[in-house]
Amino acid sequence: MTSELIVFIVLAIISVLAAVGLLSSRNAVYAALFLILNFATVAVLYLMLNAPFLAIIQISVYAGAIMVLFLFVIMLLGAERLNQAAPQPGLRWQRPLAIGLGALLLIQAAYVFITRFNSTTVAPNLIQAGPMEIGLKLFGPYLLPFEVTSILLLVAIIGAVVLTREK
Amino acid sequence: MINGIPLYWYLIVSAALFCIGLYGVMARKNVIAVIMGVELMLNAVNINLIAFWRYITPTSISGITFAAFIFVVAAAEAAVGLALIISIYRNTRSVDPEKIDSMKL
Repeated sequence: MTSELIVFIVLAIISVLAAVGLLSSRNAVYAALFLILNFATVAVLYLMLNAPFLAIIQISVYAGAIMVLFLFVIMLLGAERLNQAAPQPGLRWQRPLAIGLGALLLIQAAYVFITRFNSTTVAPNLIQAGPMEIGLKLFGPYLLPFEVTSILLLVAIIGAVVLTREK
Repeated sequence: MINGIPLYWYLIVSAALFCIGLYGVMARKNVIAVIMGVELMLNAVNINLIAFWRYITPTSISGITFAAFIFVVAAAEAAVGLALIISIYRNTRSVDPEKIDSMKL
């Protein structure tokens, strides 16, 4: 059992537990903080997968910018309370059934992954996925998606401004 | 196998995060928590993309590039979604997705 394996197991457990905490916390601020913890562990997973640039982006964009936006909106609206409404009388069996079927689906998926993707090897000379390589790729073969993405961001900016404007 | 970690472990973690996010999208009683679930699902997709890039096509950098695009889409989605929530809250004074049904036939 290598040290990387131990790190991976610890990170995976923390990540899944943080996601469960996101679902089960009553306070929306706690849910957002659990999501930040999840993003941080996933960033370390990216580092282990030899993608340091994306790990930094994950921390700065996801855990930084997006989650600050979430916390800002939660506190602006005063919507901290996540009231877990009691299930309707006729639907009481629905939650355990949904959890059971979801677990069954996950087990099936895990079985397929283990049988299909078990004996994977990697090329020895791995290229570094630094900002320069990604930038060359973005402005070379992926120029059109890059420009479409910039239009998407522009539309999102205009949409956010228009939607939040007072009448 | 890299550093003793098989590929399917990454896939299983990613699938678990995706399922938890999907449950959050469908079951939460707060629109902000629903959008957090969507973010969790996009994150799980990113883990998949990077794991497949690292294990199957490590000589091409396309997997990383797709993941970068997903970051941008997630940021745009969060901005527009939260703007929608603020607008809806102004009109209805509620963040309960059950009460936002004015587009229902």
